Amino acid sequence: MAKRIDVKSLDIYYGSFHAVEDVSMTVEPRTVTAFIGPSGCGKSTLLRTLNRMHEVIPGAHVKGSVQLDGTDLYGAGVDPVAVRRVVGMVFQRPNPFPSMSIFDNVASGLRLNGVKSKKILTEAVERSLISANLWNEVKDRLGRAGIGLSGGQQQRLCIARAIAVEPQVLLMDEPCSALDPISTLAIEDLIGQLKELYTVVIVTHNMQQAARVSDQTAFFNLAAQGKPGKLIEIGPTDKIFSNPDQQATEDYITGRFG
Amino acid sequence: MSATTTDTRLEFSRPSGVRTIKNSLATVFVTIATLITIIPLAWVLSTVIIKGYRLILNSTWWLQSQRGITPRREGGGAYHAIVGTVEMALICAAIAVPLGVMGAILLIEYGRGTKIARGVSFMVDILSGIPSIVAALFIYALFITIFGLGRSAVAVSLALVLLMLPVVLRSTEEMLKLVPDSLREASYALGVPKWKTIVKVVLPTAFGGIMTGVMLGLARVMGETAPLLILVSYAVGINFSPTSDTMAALPTMINAGRDQPPQLPGYERVWAAALTLIMIVMLLNLLARFIARVTTLKEK
Amino acid sequence: MAVTDTDATERVEPEPAVLDPSISPVHHETRHSPVPEVAYHVPAPAKIDGVERVEVRSRGVKLAKISRTGDRVFRSLATTSGLLIVLLVLFVGIFLLALALPSLQADQDNFLTSRNWTVAGNELRFGIAGLFWTTVLSSILAMVLAVPVAVGVALCLTMYLHKRVSGPVSFVVDLLAAVPSIIFGLWGLTVLGPFLAPAAEWLISKIGWIPLFGRSVDPKGSIFVASVVLAIMILPIVIAISRDVFAQTPREHIEAALALGATRWEVIRTAVLPHGRSGVISASMLGLGRALGETIAVMIILTTPAQGSPFTPSIFAGGETFASKIANNAAEFDSPSKTGAYIAAGLVLFVVTFAVNAIARIIADRGAKS
Repeated sequence: MAKRIDVKSLDIYYGSFHAVEDVSMTVEPRTVTAFIGPSGCGKSTLLRTLNRMHEVIPGAHVKGSVQLDGTDLYGAGVDPVAVRRVVGMVFQRPNPFPSMSIFDNVASGLRLNGVKSKKILTEAVERSLISANLWNEVKDRLGRAGIGLSGGQQQRLCIARAIAVEPQVLLMDEPCSALDPISTLAIEDLIGQLKELYTVVIVTHNMQQAARVSDQTAFFNLAAQGKPGKLIEIGPTDKIFSNPDQQATEDYITGRFG
Repeated sequence: MSATTTDTRLEFSRPSGVRTIKNSLATVFVTIATLITIIPLAWVLSTVIIKGYRLILNSTWWLQSQRGITPRREGGGAYHAIVGTVEMALICAAIAVPLGVMGAILLIEYGRGTKIARGVSFMVDILSGIPSIVAALFIYALFITIFGLGRSAVAVSLALVLLMLPVVLRSTEEMLKLVPDSLREASYALGVPKWKTIVKVVLPTAFGGIMTGVMLGLARVMGETAPLLILVSYAVGINFSPTSDTMAALPTMINAGRDQPPQLPGYERVWAAALTLIMIVMLLNLLARFIARVTTLKEK
Repeated sequence: MAVTDTDATERVEPEPAVLDPSISPVHHETRHSPVPEVAYHVPAPAKIDGVERVEVRSRGVKLAKISRTGDRVFRSLATTSGLLIVLLVLFVGIFLLALALPSLQADQDNFLTSRNWTVAGNELRFGIAGLFWTTVLSSILAMVLAVPVAVGVALCLTMYLHKRVSGPVSFVVDLLAAVPSIIFGLWGLTVLGPFLAPAAEWLISKIGWIPLFGRSVDPKGSIFVASVVLAIMILPIVIAISRDVFAQTPREHIEAALALGATRWEVIRTAVLPHGRSGVISASMLGLGRALGETIAVMIILTTPAQGSPFTPSIFAGGETFASKIANNAAEFDSPSKTGAYIAAGLVLFVVTFAVNAIARIIADRGAKS
């Protein structure tokens, strides 16, 4: 697992609306890349193209390519469902399945993809919950409802669910914005551990979080009012936050706008 | 109340007399209206209970049919009618529930906002407005006049489908709308195809509400009399075969005996049958609401 | 990003199991595919200048071929259900028309204006004038009785009662909807009819000179009693919809009225009722539609007038509605021409309820849009 992502000249459209223009970037394996920028400039949209989740909205399409170690996710005949088995996602609001227990939630990805062996499932659930730093808190109540946990625990549950299917890449769309500060810190620690096994891309509104957690940062902004979102600058986190190349980046970092 | 002075203190005076009177009148009217609504319900229920309770406390009521019983004789029970009512309702549900659930899935999961969905939704609205007698006539025209099949309990069930379908479809639709999109997204993000997402994630989440709709639909069709009058003949004995042309049901048991004078034993049986019918229908209603209450709390 | 490892020891990197997507058990659901094995690779990291680099192997990613038959089958199932429903409704109209036409053509009376109903034998003389009158009169009277009461109850539930009380009361009102109509018919005939007879008598004695309230032979089985029962039966549906509409009155409008020092009634008059007007009208029409189609309660309560008796436009007369006429004669559908006549009556009922319901939906939609 943990593959390299190459985005090449990607334009994203919703119907005829041009949402994000001409993005090119590389994400190295086993690193954390953060997307930052003001609201509505395309960070989440771009994130969703990395696992073709944006296509859930009718009329959404892209030009360009996204490659995972050379395999184009948008190649001819590639099924989005197949892509999503390989690129996992964690959402802004924790969304465990309400009709399932903790165990069933974590196992759901495997089960729904055909894995039936109790042994495999149990091992996978334990492994994922350990990796998500949730095992000790729930190991005695795996049969209880998934929605009975606190917000931070639910989000870690969703992370466990996503990594149980052993994706190559883990995408996180503002995973902490609905959580309290203590849970946020717990998840940030978790991201530091996750990057040993996965390539992680995280969208965040919180610049300090991006600075704490990521190896590489990409700054997005609208080219102008009414124009598509653009990648303004991408580089090592230290550099972006201390000595960025673009003025717009510096303005955003220092809080002059957004 | 502040004294009227000419200083600059604010005066809080009560609204004028006329306005207060109007307000009180409104309150009175509204209270009377509520009483007018509750009183008939209590009245009907108490009438049925008082006139019918004696027979249903007897176990023979629940175990025997009316075979061999004339209006002048005591005895017999409603077993044949209860079984008939339940049987026709279940056959109806076997068709109406899958059709209704799949129709709702079409409207919400596959067609939200599309022209097809609007067309189907409009048709469902029309279906829900069709009087039960018209539904019965349609099945009569189709089955008996055109196909020449003759009366049967199956025909009744088909007419009942026309009446139960909109109830199941609309309530399933409401339930599916309540399932948040974030759950569907979570499933897609795990690489699960759409149909599996619907079957294994959306439907289980909406299940309680769907059950409620099914129960309310069942309660409704069990009380329908018109299709029974037109499509099947009343039987006094036990007959479980859905394709034969006679079958008993509680509404027709009531109807068959309603002209009798109060002195005859048959009269009391009519009210006992009415009480039995109300009990079954009320039970289904309460069960439905209980399920709704229990499943919504779980999601909080 | 290069992983800097300053003490330059060899790191063994176990690469845990890759769930190989090319073995995708989903689309082979009929047989149990082997579960992908846990494969442990131990790649030797290349050391360059004492800095350990993570080796990026570009062996690409295997993306599974997903079988989409599940999606195709399911989607076509859903579409078929939708189509079946549409066809069902269309067929109801078409079939009724097809079977009614021969009898309509053979009818020697004017279908719309005749009050006769001779359908046995060869000479068909039938018309729906009498049925139309009874149906419309009883339903409109029911609506006139029910709507003010329903609005009052809906207001009570939303504006007067504390939330904890209005829940159970709402529940009780909904129970009224659960009572089967045959029981209302039974109760109406045996209990309510005799109860209302003195009131009917009083009305006749006072205003009996108006033809609408004129004396008639059957005060117990009269349109008046039937209308009261119908009103009770349509109360729950009008209340439920009105209640929902009133509950959705925007908070701002209510608070604006309160801030001006309005009494509760004035708040209702200025904020709730105007907002809810189209909803109430729509609810009333739906109630009217329900009353028009009610069969059994009416069949039991109304006394069928003898064939050929003179027409009295009184609400205290008996009569037959479309629905009750069909139900009363259900046992006699023995010849196609006879059945066709009744089906023609049913068709008219279908069209009328269709129109009423359609108007109700249009009013509701327009109200929701504004």
